Amino acid sequence: MEEDKVLVEIEREIVGGDFQSAGDVSGELKKVLQQVGFPPSFNRRVVIAAYEAEMNVVIHAYRGIFATEIYEDRVHIEVDDQGPGIPDLELAFQEGYSTAPPHIREMGFGAGYGLSNMKKCSDHLEIDTRIGEGTKVVMDFFLNPEK
Amino acid sequence: MTLREIKEILQAQVLAGEEFLDRQPSCACGSDLLSDVLAFTKENSVLLTGLTNPQVIRTAEMSDIIGIIFVRGKKPDNYTVELATIKKIPLLATHLPMYESCGKLYLQGLKGCSEV
Repeated sequence: MEEDKVLVEIEREIVGGDFQSAGDVSGELKKVLQQVGFPPSFNRRVVIAAYEAEMNVVIHAYRGIFATEIYEDRVHIEVDDQGPGIPDLELAFQEGYSTAPPHIREMGFGAGYGLSNMKKCSDHLEIDTRIGEGTKVVMDFFLNPEK
Repeated sequence: MTLREIKEILQAQVLAGEEFLDRQPSCACGSDLLSDVLAFTKENSVLLTGLTNPQVIRTAEMSDIIGIIFVRGKKPDNYTVELATIKKIPLLATHLPMYESCGKLYLQGLKGCSEV
């Protein structure tokens, strides 16, 4: 197998509660993916999942680090936050279940599709969560998922 | 159907992106839930919504939505309009409520996102 070379690396900080900047990281990722030249349908699922993960940090956590590695035929994303953690992961994956407070719902979020949408958009999703410490989300996206 | 035609049908005002009104959406989505927009819309669609916060623009950016129509007379603040201008997402505003707006566009042949 040929060596897997990283084309672009991005690492950014996400600040909890900062709704003004929320989406900056995913927007930057979208631009980079377009520059690398991936097809729009691939970019769309990466960016939607990235945005869901970014919003989760802004909504639920104090801060987080968003790290992406872009390869020729895949994208790897890790979002590691300091926050309350997820008490019941199975429940959190259930569509319609959300712990988002009212002011988040007024913004149009908190319908309980975040995690399931991230699962739908990615080819591999792993969540490691510790109560009172934080949550780490790892996602992989393959240009040719069947390979 | 172009955004310009949508503007006529809904008697809408253009708040941003006048130069992009020749864009042609392949379908439309009417929703006040951004979570739903992220989960269920298709690329190249137009969004009708009563939400006017900046996250509407972000959601449109991530979902490849090519235009936003604010319904029932809602107007976003300057920051949101600026953000849309930067992201090259045209904004329209109509006084018609959501149901009427969607109905008028559907009658003229603009499909829903689940139909394309």
